[in-house]
Amino acid sequence: MPSSPARFDRRHPAGQILIKAAAVCSLFLAWHLLSLALNSPALPTPAGAFAAFFNQLPDGLGHDFLISTWRVVASIIISLFLGVPTGLWLGTDERFDRFFAPLIYLTYPIPKIVFLPLVMVLLGLGDVSKIFLITLVVFFQILMTTRDAARHVNKAMVLSVSSLGAGRLDIYRHVIWPAVLPEVLTALRIGSGTAIAVLFFSESIASREGLGYYLMDAWSRYAYAEMFAGIIAMGALGYLLYLCLDWLEKAACPWKQV
Amino acid sequence: MQETGAEVEISNLSVSYQRNRETVAALSGVSFRVEAGTTCAVIGPSGCGKSTLLYVLAGLIRPQDGQSLINGRETQPGRRETSLILQDYGLLPWKTVWHNTILGLVIRREAAAAIRAAGEQVLRQMGLWEMRHRYPAQLSGGQRQRVAIARSLAMRPDLLLMDEPFSSLDALTRESLQEALLDILQGGGLTVILVTHSIEEAAYLGRRIVVLTPHPGRVTAVLENPRAGDKHYRQTEQFFRLCRNLRRILEGVYHTGTNEYTARSASTRRNAGR
Repeated sequence: MPSSPARFDRRHPAGQILIKAAAVCSLFLAWHLLSLALNSPALPTPAGAFAAFFNQLPDGLGHDFLISTWRVVASIIISLFLGVPTGLWLGTDERFDRFFAPLIYLTYPIPKIVFLPLVMVLLGLGDVSKIFLITLVVFFQILMTTRDAARHVNKAMVLSVSSLGAGRLDIYRHVIWPAVLPEVLTALRIGSGTAIAVLFFSESIASREGLGYYLMDAWSRYAYAEMFAGIIAMGALGYLLYLCLDWLEKAACPWKQV
Repeated sequence: MQETGAEVEISNLSVSYQRNRETVAALSGVSFRVEAGTTCAVIGPSGCGKSTLLYVLAGLIRPQDGQSLINGRETQPGRRETSLILQDYGLLPWKTVWHNTILGLVIRREAAAAIRAAGEQVLRQMGLWEMRHRYPAQLSGGQRQRVAIARSLAMRPDLLLMDEPFSSLDALTRESLQEALLDILQGGGLTVILVTHSIEEAAYLGRRIVVLTPHPGRVTAVLENPRAGDKHYRQTEQFFRLCRNLRRILEGVYHTGTNEYTARSASTRRNAGR
């Protein structure tokens, strides 16, 4: 049956934009209504919060935003460079995996945030301690995901490429790396959320810079509009990271789009 | 492709492997020959070590006992003129038809111009040139298997090892691919060892048909089939007779799992081609 041209098509790009806009609008509407219902300075309206956000950007918030972004992005990049090769190695070499698996099994469930006081004592109150702590958390997530994905690479696929005369490096390049790449990006997506949570926590204690500090400082001064400006900045940081990873997945894994 | 195809001789081949700390025999004392430029079909039930046999010939598994010779030389891993086609997963889902096809040549570090020329030639030969930018997920089962064949042909092999290459395809696609394979073989210069569980496929393609028993794989019959390779063979009474004969042998293998038919194999060998 021919479909009517006036019908709403959600697969069409215009339809998708419409759906997204509707979702954002309903979120802001719910926030606005809640703010009106509570009628408390602790929950400003979306318009008030965004006004504070844009006012505060040149006034210190922008600086803290950049500091936090640098800490999260540096941690994610270090975690990737450490986690992916180690994960690939453990996932494809049974001997090493047998040795390290119990070690990882014991250390993975420990909430790394409990090391915050120790890390601050050993590495100071600056960037290094924060990057170290976030890296510790994200590294484990990337390591586990990469190792498991590498372990489950289809053996027949490896065999088939081996039969073309591929050596160990060829197998990594043509089979194992592309097979684990989407999983690594998924781990990064989950990891980026955790990274921001750890960032907030580490910046909120004995810190003079960063969004965590900005937020807690505003809270201690009862400056609720500024506090919400900080919350919006944190949200924007998470959203930007998510968008980057989304773009990265589209660029690096084109076969996933078909 | 090489001029004549490879000559393969397997003698007294035995392979076993470890599973849950137990030694499982996959092949035991398997011997047969495949003349240069001919097609040999290996048929048998699950667990008869058909795939293991191919992996030995591809140099991916080392036998515990016996010999597998290609052109009189012991099988070596990474022999450039041997090509293996698997039933599934032979293609990499993250590579386009083009990149899958030239993968072997890229791994061999051949010159870019040679890779381009060889890739284009085989893709045109297999009718896939227009689809070169597609990913395997965008192809039908038959097209995927054509890409797998194209990738093998791009390597200019003299020995093509096929592990149940058409088993996951529907009947019509399977027949069209079998005919495409015959077209390729018309050019000569290619020896094919084809592992299959389809009686019709073995009878249609195998100039020589080797029947294996399971647990461990042993040769129970070797049938000569001189009319294999003729596209009209499928409609002949001779073809149906051979299929019935093969079915009887396989039914015996399924029911007894022993070498009951070994004694008959000599007469089968004499009668099959008549």
